[in-house]
Amino acid sequence: MIVHAEPAMGTVFSFHLPDGNRGARALAAAIAWLHDVDERFSPYLPDSEVTGLADGRLTETDVHPDVREVLGLVDRAAADSDGAFDARRWRADGRFDPSGLVKGWAVDRAARQIASTAADAFAIDAGGDVIVRTGVSRSDPWRVGIRHPDRPERVASVLQVRDGAVASSAAYERGAHILDPRNGRVPSEVRSMTVVGPDLTWADTFATAAYVMGRDGLGWVAAHPGYDALAITWDDAVTWTAGMDRYLLG
Amino acid sequence: MIPKRAVGALLSTALGLVLLLSFKTPETAGVAALTGTDRAVVDQPVGRTSQPATGAHAKSGYADGTVTGQVVSTRYGDVQVEVTISGGAISDVNALQLPGGDGHSARISNIVEPMLRSAALQAQSANIDLVSGATYTSTAYRESLQSALDAAAR
Repeated sequence: MIVHAEPAMGTVFSFHLPDGNRGARALAAAIAWLHDVDERFSPYLPDSEVTGLADGRLTETDVHPDVREVLGLVDRAAADSDGAFDARRWRADGRFDPSGLVKGWAVDRAARQIASTAADAFAIDAGGDVIVRTGVSRSDPWRVGIRHPDRPERVASVLQVRDGAVASSAAYERGAHILDPRNGRVPSEVRSMTVVGPDLTWADTFATAAYVMGRDGLGWVAAHPGYDALAITWDDAVTWTAGMDRYLLG
Repeated sequence: MIPKRAVGALLSTALGLVLLLSFKTPETAGVAALTGTDRAVVDQPVGRTSQPATGAHAKSGYADGTVTGQVVSTRYGDVQVEVTISGGAISDVNALQLPGGDGHSARISNIVEPMLRSAALQAQSANIDLVSGATYTSTAYRESLQSALDAAAR
């Protein structure tokens, strides 16, 4: 197994791939892809297309088709969540920032590429949002710990996932970084929200939106076929949707 | 060349800091409730709730021993850490492999942090492959780890 850690998009991506030339080539391609995405989508790089859109220097017709695709997805996420996920409004400074969706989208595409060229069993950890595949080469499911909201060195629950994505949103120990785009407030109903489902694009955006929604977010996530959620609330209770049972141990 | 023991001691300090930060909350009984998924009761149409058990004892520490993390390749070279647990607490963190100083320390510290976390999680025999939940959360921890690596590189 190759384990590689790559800093990109302000976080660290780790790849778990089978040994061998095909794995190494797929890894190199995935790393190059992540840096390309960063260059195009970073809201912090002055020359990125997303910065150009946020500044009003570029319009949707000026940008790369990938950026247009992401713009379509963020609009879909905002409509679907009634504004609980909103790339145009969630930041305190009000700047357009699709980062909350881009990372998952980029990893989904990397995973499809790895699956079609190199391996049927692998995992990608995108700074705490993960996608795993077992295919036929790996017998055991991947064991994905859910970070304890207060204790970074502890896990609150463990999920067994064969093929799918797991993403969590929370206010961890340094305080909230997610604001409710609908009113600018810090969400306060749940401490962390974890979503499991087929694609990381949606697991990640659903986790963000459901975290903002609070307890109601559980039912909202479950209304999407194939997606389930688990919330840790402030009274230290763990609540999850019925479909989450298949991933939970014991 | 970075002296391994020095890095170990400094990383240990950094890890100690994050442990300190994370133990600030008074709800020490929360862990048992949070991990007690087997005590689930059905009380919501959308799913189940595991309620906190009052007075439940939280697992107080780690199992003693030494846990060696996986070798992780990075663009600067291979990195591997080892966590020593003694008396139920993390007593030492050693960098078994670390790329040379060369001004990469800030970047390497970004990569080492999740590895420390992962090794610490393995040390409590959680037997997990990956962790969901933000890897980067504590600026203080990140800065502390970075300055530790900077100091070790001098």
